[in-house]
Amino acid sequence: MNSFPFSDWIVAAIFVSFIAITVTGALIAALTKRIIRSVCGLAICSLGLAGLFYFLNSPFLALMEILIYIGAVCVTVIFGVMLTEPDEPKPEQHTRPYPVISPLIAIAIAGGVFLGIAWLSLSANWQAPASIVSEGSVKDIGIRLLTTYSVPFELISLVLLVAILGALVIARSGRTKE
Amino acid sequence: MNPAQLYSQPAAYLVVAAFLLATGIFGLVRRRTLIGMLISGELIFAAASLNFMALNRFTAPDQSVGQIAVLFIMGLAAAEVAITLSIIIAVYRNYRSIVSKELNELKG
Repeated sequence: MNSFPFSDWIVAAIFVSFIAITVTGALIAALTKRIIRSVCGLAICSLGLAGLFYFLNSPFLALMEILIYIGAVCVTVIFGVMLTEPDEPKPEQHTRPYPVISPLIAIAIAGGVFLGIAWLSLSANWQAPASIVSEGSVKDIGIRLLTTYSVPFELISLVLLVAILGALVIARSGRTKE
Repeated sequence: MNPAQLYSQPAAYLVVAAFLLATGIFGLVRRRTLIGMLISGELIFAAASLNFMALNRFTAPDQSVGQIAVLFIMGLAAAEVAITLSIIIAVYRNYRSIVSKELNELKG
């Protein structure tokens, strides 16, 4: 079936590059000083994540990831950046050793979380399921969304409606005062 | 473990998800503005989505449950971003700043 030469290694290289895109995007999103670059980092991270979803047998969710995260969330955050003035302020000058210690504490917390969870997931013995009930195609997702999971589906639409109305009310309430 | 079959190992996805979670926590602690903290929160959402998808693909008998859960996470993330940005805009209108250190009055 795999008659193309080195097809396994090409697939592995694509997978590793998607992981690299995700990791790079996350680092850009967390570390840059200017917020607009941070938003671009989030978009890059979402692109790599969509590739990982594709490797996890779900092209539908890969498409939704690009559509919702890059198309909706990042654009909305860019509107927020446009309406406010969000650049990181200069770190204030302290005489105490406080500014030296605080990034070390943050790095220690994040590194501890990463090493702990990575060690757990590497050392665990993940069992494959004994039998596959459904393949997870788009048709299966649609049937389950309208039968088994119809109540959370409707609740999500209600939450989105309330979020839209609440966002309008909150963002508008200060304007009438001026 | 054959390195060419890395994409069929659940641990590869789970380690990437752990890295996303750690990056999000780091950003949430270190960021000084509200929008930066919002973006770090989105990274944590992405880590949760990737965990759901990986465990759904490799350990669940019903392969569509995790995808539905990730769809719900995406919907909640979109609602969260809308609400948070409207709060940020309201805060900016009152304080002329969204630096989290300067937002130190309760009722001004």
